[in-house]
Amino acid sequence: MPFLKSRFKYLFGTTKGLILVAIALIAIETALFGMLSGPMAELGVRDIVVRVFGMRLLPNEREGRIIILYHSIAMAVVAIETYMITSILKMGEFYRKTVRVLITVGYLFAMIFGMLFAYWGHNWAFHGLYISGLALIFFGGVLLTIALWPWNKEYYQPDKDYARTKSGVDMERVAFFATALTTVISALFGAVPGSFFGNGFEVFLAENVIRFPEKTTMQYSVIGHLHIMLALIAIMITLIIGRWLNFKGILHKIAMPLMILGTVVLNLGVWGVATPLEPIAHMIIYVGATPSMVAALLLLIWSWGKLIREGTAQYKKPTFFQKLAALVRDPLKFGPTWQMLFMNFTTSGIGIFMAVRLDEIFRLWPAREERIELTGHWHALSAIIATIILMYYGDMIGLKGKIRQLYGWLIIFFSDVALAGVTAFEMKRLFISEAEQQPLVNGLMYAIDFGLGSLLVVLAGIMVWRLVDLFKPQGRWSEEAPQELAQEVSK
Amino acid sequence: MKYWRHLLTFILIGFLTACIPVNLDTPVPAYDSGIDPNNWVMVPSGEFLSSQFNELINLDHDFEIMVTDVTVNQYIAFVNQALLEGKIKIGEFQGKPALIGFYPGDPFHGIKHEIQIDAGDYLLVPLNDPASRFTFDGKQFVVKEGWGNHPMTNVSWFGSWTYCGYYGWRLPSEKEWEKAARGVDGRPYPWGWELALNNANFYASRDPFEDMNLVGSRTSPVGFYNGKTYDGYITLNSPSPYGLYDMAGNVWQWLGDVQFQEGFSDRLMAGGSKDTYDKDLRIWVRNSAPPMYYGPAAGFRCVR
Repeated sequence: MPFLKSRFKYLFGTTKGLILVAIALIAIETALFGMLSGPMAELGVRDIVVRVFGMRLLPNEREGRIIILYHSIAMAVVAIETYMITSILKMGEFYRKTVRVLITVGYLFAMIFGMLFAYWGHNWAFHGLYISGLALIFFGGVLLTIALWPWNKEYYQPDKDYARTKSGVDMERVAFFATALTTVISALFGAVPGSFFGNGFEVFLAENVIRFPEKTTMQYSVIGHLHIMLALIAIMITLIIGRWLNFKGILHKIAMPLMILGTVVLNLGVWGVATPLEPIAHMIIYVGATPSMVAALLLLIWSWGKLIREGTAQYKKPTFFQKLAALVRDPLKFGPTWQMLFMNFTTSGIGIFMAVRLDEIFRLWPAREERIELTGHWHALSAIIATIILMYYGDMIGLKGKIRQLYGWLIIFFSDVALAGVTAFEMKRLFISEAEQQPLVNGLMYAIDFGLGSLLVVLAGIMVWRLVDLFKPQGRWSEEAPQELAQEVSK
Repeated sequence: MKYWRHLLTFILIGFLTACIPVNLDTPVPAYDSGIDPNNWVMVPSGEFLSSQFNELINLDHDFEIMVTDVTVNQYIAFVNQALLEGKIKIGEFQGKPALIGFYPGDPFHGIKHEIQIDAGDYLLVPLNDPASRFTFDGKQFVVKEGWGNHPMTNVSWFGSWTYCGYYGWRLPSEKEWEKAARGVDGRPYPWGWELALNNANFYASRDPFEDMNLVGSRTSPVGFYNGKTYDGYITLNSPSPYGLYDMAGNVWQWLGDVQFQEGFSDRLMAGGSKDTYDKDLRIWVRNSAPPMYYGPAAGFRCVR
């Protein structure tokens, strides 16, 4: 009994334990439900999985199933970010504990009961518990926002190296606060149409209605919601990584106001799609996205500069190659910002290119081709966010030496191979005809499956190691139990 | 080091495999499904369950619809006849040689992304496109060997509209097409409630026409999935409740609705195709493309 009690206390009562549980559940869910589509379906694996697990998949319920699947994974990611925020930032103990309880119960309910409802027949009690889970997460978000209130003198920034107002308000905390606040509001932006469509059982995937000029306000809300939630998750992880790396100095002072401005304007633009402002909403979104992306770029410049400075301290006049070696010597510190840069090729770049040439190129193709680009680019962004979390997690659990190098570089290599494949797959019509595409499609699918599959194997390796570790009386888990992320912020 | 060498070799092989050129004239197995593409069936007026969410709607007229997609044989016969009569002509469309025909234009509302389609000559089928299932020697169009009983592809919406109009017919509206495909009981597939690999021709359905290493999925002869066995390949008899074949898979079918929504200049397509996963074979799934689009997975059938 003490064995179970101590492990339970670690897994559900400590920062690193909670993050481990959430990552493990996402890994299991991704591995299992990833076998229901794409090449796995082609190979017949889907049919085996459906039979073995007794799933009930009706054709007209596919969109509803997928929406619940997306939500259940996203909620676990939101929970991970929340654990990180509540560990790396100062806040009242009551808020810290309550937020964690709410979000943990919430995402577990949403994930377990949501998936049971969606894939194993329609037990409406499960649906109720799924909705309860989402509601708990929402309340957790409200409390987190209150906990992050930056105008509390206790949280003022005394150090002039960081962005702050004249009176000492911590601008980074304002950025966290603004992101949390807009996330809560944007969740409502999805919850209202979600209830509307859910009650009528008329779900839809945004990519399937994108070309139709007549969309209802509720449809616009759903489209806005999914875009802004993913953007906010990305903004939040950027802020978290900045805090972990101890982002400071002049670039921090420029970046934080930009991040706050970008987050607020981006949200206003997205909320605007459901108002008479819709015709100019996209322009507002571009205006908002630009400062946010510039802020992320400043973090990249600062962190790469720091890695190079620290790695070449022993040289009087370091050469280019010495600087390069210093930059890449720690993949877990280099990787997150590299992935942010890589994101520009797989997500932002593609999105901007599509927006600029939409009528000349993309709208001349069938809608199903456009659907591939739309779904591809946000899957790529989600995967990039996941890899950034995994790299931070690798540092968190104290990977060192060759294992640290291997873990970090394998994540970067496998994910970038897969995402480059996805990007080429999305854009293939620019350079190959429908009739002649098969060998290219095969090659790209090999790259994508090889990359994603290998990434899951790396993750599985870490998870198995952590599982074995839990059986040791004084395993790493016992060392991690008292550790908080605020203590591990880079010097 | 050895591991990395193997890994790089593997990636290089994958990359080179992806660069293999595709011979689009690779011979295709010749099978006769026994289904006559000249047949039509009557679809009665009345209520039916429509869309993904089974809304009960009423279709207020009877109509007849082709039992199969228009075949390459049928289309090429039309082209040669209509050319002789001067109803269509050889010309250029957007700088490329094409068979062109007159279209009276769409209403235009100036809505964002709407394409202005004025009265004029538009592309019916491209000439010199390697994916086409016919050849043209400057005078006569000829069906490529083995493809005559396959659905006509690489045909634009204008090409489909012109074919149907030439004979006094028209393209089906979305609602007509849907009722013809699923009858009245709300089923997701023309033949019923579940999809097996040998119900229809879709991506990686392992039919005798596909070669996923090279040419990919290819069309099957119209009416192929009728319960017959072809050289050991057993098909399930998969007609719609009114006896139509290929209402799911094989080729997307152009629909006749113009300005389906105000400002929507695309034309709808339905039925999924040889190149799509099974999810797109569900009857209510919509695809769309501008009317000048043509591709190896888009065909049509007519109603009257």
